[in-house]
Amino acid sequence: MQAMPTDVTPGLQIRELTCSRGERLLFEGLSFAITPGTGLHVIGPNGSGKTTLLRTLCGLGAPDGGRILWQGADTREYRPEFLRQVAFVGHAHGVKEDLTLFENLAFARALAVPADPYRPRDALARVGLAGFEEELAGTLSAGQRRRLALARLLVIRATVWILDEPFNALDGDGIEAVEALIAAHLAHGGLVVLTSHQPLQSLRDRVDQLRLAS
Amino acid sequence: MSDRGGTLQACVALLKRDVTLVYRRGGDWINPLLFFLIIITLFPLGVGPGAETLARIGPGVIWVAALLATLLALENLFRSDFQDGSLEQMLMSHHPLPLLMMAKVFAHWLTTALPVVALAPFMALMMQMPAEVIPVLVAGLLLGTPTLSMVGAIGTALTVGLSRGGVLLALLVLPLYVPVLIFGTRAVDLASSGLPAAPSLYLLGSMLVLALALAPLAIVAALRISLE
Repeated sequence: MQAMPTDVTPGLQIRELTCSRGERLLFEGLSFAITPGTGLHVIGPNGSGKTTLLRTLCGLGAPDGGRILWQGADTREYRPEFLRQVAFVGHAHGVKEDLTLFENLAFARALAVPADPYRPRDALARVGLAGFEEELAGTLSAGQRRRLALARLLVIRATVWILDEPFNALDGDGIEAVEALIAAHLAHGGLVVLTSHQPLQSLRDRVDQLRLAS
Repeated sequence: MSDRGGTLQACVALLKRDVTLVYRRGGDWINPLLFFLIIITLFPLGVGPGAETLARIGPGVIWVAALLATLLALENLFRSDFQDGSLEQMLMSHHPLPLLMMAKVFAHWLTTALPVVALAPFMALMMQMPAEVIPVLVAGLLLGTPTLSMVGAIGTALTVGLSRGGVLLALLVLPLYVPVLIFGTRAVDLASSGLPAAPSLYLLGSMLVLALALAPLAIVAALRISLE
C-alpha cells in the first residue's frame, strides 16, 4: 500500500467538479475547499444537484469530471484511506428496523473506524433517544429514526460528516440537538458538509454557504 | 495489522446481523423451504406414485426445486438494505467490499440454501431414490448451492435498483445455473447406476472455486452500478 502524500493541504478540496443526472447537467467546474473546523451548507432549489454533490463527495457516484482531494490526495486513488474518515447520513438513513437501537449502533461501528471509548448509551442520550436502547428501530417514528442515524456519527471516528437534510422530520429540540452535535464536531476540528432547506440557527457563523443554481 | 482484524470483525458482524435479520423476519427462510417442499411434492401427484418413474426423475426434480428455491430467496438478499440505505453505508465502508459482500452471501446461503440441503435427503426418499445415492445428492448440493448463491447475487446486485426486478433476475440468472444443474444431476445419475460420481462432484467443486474467486468482484461492480 502506498503512503498518502505528506506535504498536504489540510481538508477537503473540490476542483472543477462536473456532475450530471441523466442528460441534464447539474453543475460544472465547481471548485471549493473546506478546511478542518469549518462547515459547508449547500443550498439551492430542488433538483439543483445538492444530493448528487454530496453522494459524489462520498464516492457513491462518479463525477463526469473534476477531482476531489482529501489532505491533498485524490479520493478515488486513496479510496479506503478517505472512506475511513467519512460518515454519511443520507435521505435513506440506513437504520435497520428489525435491529434494536444498540444493534444498529454496534453494526455501524463494525463497518467504520470505531470511536474509542464506545458509549452507545451516551450517544443515544445526546440525540434524545435515552430509554429506547433495546427497542427495535422499527418502533421508532421517522424523526426518531433520523436521530438514531445521527447518533451513529458519535460512535464512529470520522472527520468528515456528510449530511443530506439532517434536520428533516426533526422537531425543534431535535434540530437544536443536531446543531449542537455539529458545533461540537467543528470545534474538535471536524468538517461538515450538509444540505438543509431550513436556515441554520446557532451554526450560522461557523458554516459557509454554497449556493447551487437550478 | 490491526486493520485486518477490523475487516474480519466487520465481516463477522455483517454475517451475524444478516442471520439475525433473517430469523427475526421468519418468512425469509421459511418461504424458500416451503417452496422447495411443495414443488417436489407436486411431482408424485402429477406423474403418479410409480416408484420407477419417480426414482428416475428424482435427482432432476430435487435439483430444479433447489435451484428455484435459491432464486426465490435471492430477491431479499440486497433489497431491504438497498431500500433503507444500509447498502450505501456498506459501500462506504473502508473495509474491502468483496469480502464484506462474501460475508453477506454466506449469511444468505446459511439461512436459505442450507435448510434446503438438509431437507433434500427426505425429499429423495419421497422420490423413491435408492438410499445409497443420497450422500452424493447432498454432497452435490453442498458444493453446488454456494455457486448458485454467488452467481445469483451478481444478478440480484444488478437488478436491485429496479422496482420489478423479479422476472428479469430469473432471466439473467437461470441460464447461468445450467452447468451446476447438469453436473449436480449427473453425479446422482452416475451413482445410481453404480458408477463413480466423483468426477462430476469435482467439476461442481471447481465451479465453486471459480465463483469464489470472481463473483465477489462482480457483485461489488454490479452494486456500484445499481447505486449510482
